[in-house]
Amino acid sequence: MVEAKRIEPEKAEFWRWPETYWVNPAIDWHKGKFVTVGVDVGSVSSKCVIMVDGAVYAYSSMRTGSDSPDSAWKVVNWALKDTDMKVDNFDYCIGTGYGRVNVPMAQQTITEIACHARGANFMYGPEVRTVLDMGGQDCKAIRCDDRGKVLKFMMNDKCAAGTGRGMEVFADLIRVPVWEIGPRSFQTQKEPEMISSTCVVFAKSEVVGLLQEGVPENEIMAAYCAAMAHRIAELLNRLGIEEKFAITGGIAKNEGVVKRLEKELGVKTMDRVWFNKDMRTSKIPFDTMVAGAIGAALFAQAMLERGRVKSARKA
Amino acid sequence: MIVAGIDVGGKNVHIVITKNGDILAKAGAPSGINKAEAAEKVYDEALKQAGLTRKDVRRVVATGSSGQRVAFANGVIPDAAADARGVIRLIPSARTVIDVGAEEGRAIKISPEGKVLDFAINEKCAAGTGTFVDTMARALEISVEEMAKISLQSTKSIPMNAQCAVFGESEVVSLIHQKTPKQDIARAVHDAIAGRIGSVARIVGLENDVVIVGGVAKNTGFVESLKRDLGVEVKVPNDPDFVGALGAAAAAAAGVLGEEVKARVVEKETIEEGK
Repeated sequence: MVEAKRIEPEKAEFWRWPETYWVNPAIDWHKGKFVTVGVDVGSVSSKCVIMVDGAVYAYSSMRTGSDSPDSAWKVVNWALKDTDMKVDNFDYCIGTGYGRVNVPMAQQTITEIACHARGANFMYGPEVRTVLDMGGQDCKAIRCDDRGKVLKFMMNDKCAAGTGRGMEVFADLIRVPVWEIGPRSFQTQKEPEMISSTCVVFAKSEVVGLLQEGVPENEIMAAYCAAMAHRIAELLNRLGIEEKFAITGGIAKNEGVVKRLEKELGVKTMDRVWFNKDMRTSKIPFDTMVAGAIGAALFAQAMLERGRVKSARKA
Repeated sequence: MIVAGIDVGGKNVHIVITKNGDILAKAGAPSGINKAEAAEKVYDEALKQAGLTRKDVRRVVATGSSGQRVAFANGVIPDAAADARGVIRLIPSARTVIDVGAEEGRAIKISPEGKVLDFAINEKCAAGTGTFVDTMARALEISVEEMAKISLQSTKSIPMNAQCAVFGESEVVSLIHQKTPKQDIARAVHDAIAGRIGSVARIVGLENDVVIVGGVAKNTGFVESLKRDLGVEVKVPNDPDFVGALGAAAAAAAGVLGEEVKARVVEKETIEEGK
């Protein structure tokens, strides 16, 4: 698998996950018919996916700033950075995510639930029936059909427990970069009891107490990951899991949570394989965070193909 | 008879020493990491104030979330029971007690004798506790006292979208960025916690007089918000943070070394089915 370019965070900001961008060298966009774009402005991260005739041409993922339109521009420009494509070359752009109404270059918006299901269908293949999107400030469990259409979903957007923010807060507290937490949570002598507080604020006090008792850091990470997995399992159990099961969003990258979630549910998550339009797998570096943006770009592609919308291309 | 009541909470230790019902000494300090040690220190300080030694004290009853850790206590009673006993001594007309501490918010329906009749508690979520207010004051870069004061100057009610303390912190930061006046943000914070406490209180039902105790009762801005939310008058006793300790002392005087109350644990439903 090809590694995406990573921008390493500053040492002091442990929550800061690596931002990514990637351009597909195998595609000459000039030869394509439609350039469709999905821009997913989430509460914590913004993602952009540019597709050429239904294949991923470029993507980017970065922190959302305090201003949604500005974040949208930044993430789009970052995806375009190493290309000669301009925003004026977009045929159709769809905004999604928490800040979707503030995506200036978008012609339309679609909810992130629909986009995630559609995106997961593309990323993991048509066999996926349950999608768990572990986002920055919410968590959604979605049941979908073989075309990625949403049948039912459950969500928690009221409580930070079980969300990316909860993990960021923990990373800052324990002073370990957020992407090291998963791997280190397995480097322990034993699997500890999970953190008992659900509330992130109370969990913080509990963690401080464990640190003072001299509990090894890795064990505390295991305890926190297990608590998070437990919290998310509640959501999935309420929805009812139908296999196959796939995870999208930032926390999908944290194997400390994912492995413990699989264990608690007794269900395996799907292997990470991208599917292209012609159902052939491709070797694109996998970023689970861009699922929603992929879904949005795919919706745009389908609308153009069916003549439901007109191209907004300016150049 | 000289007795003592000690309340070891999530954030502070409070102790009251009484003689035949009259208060001889009161002392309080942060409970810190080692709560047992903090309890010992505060006890010694209160004894010093009263000019007494440990031998002079007939009985000690502890309460609070870490009441069990008090080595010198003869008995431990639940917070709700201590609140009921303490409040009825100070305000005999009290029938509903709302206690907002650092890590819990509870509502207690009490009898004219100071017995617990019904009791609901939120201890699972920081929203609706003193920790929520502390967190938001930190985000506003002002003290809790200052936040209480300025919120009373606000005439504008801005609803907070976030219910969670973690999300609330980000919301406060973004309100600051939008140049929202600090007094309006302060009021929004107090309105938000009052809303959470109000929903706990409505579970047991509101019967006059309604009395608020606990450390957060000292926050006048919050008390105003709570009055608005409940739509009833709310009484605040002097030193509302000492009420639990006072109730424990009353139990000690009555020779009550243990008590059981049944709580209705309130958990906010956070999962919802999408449409």
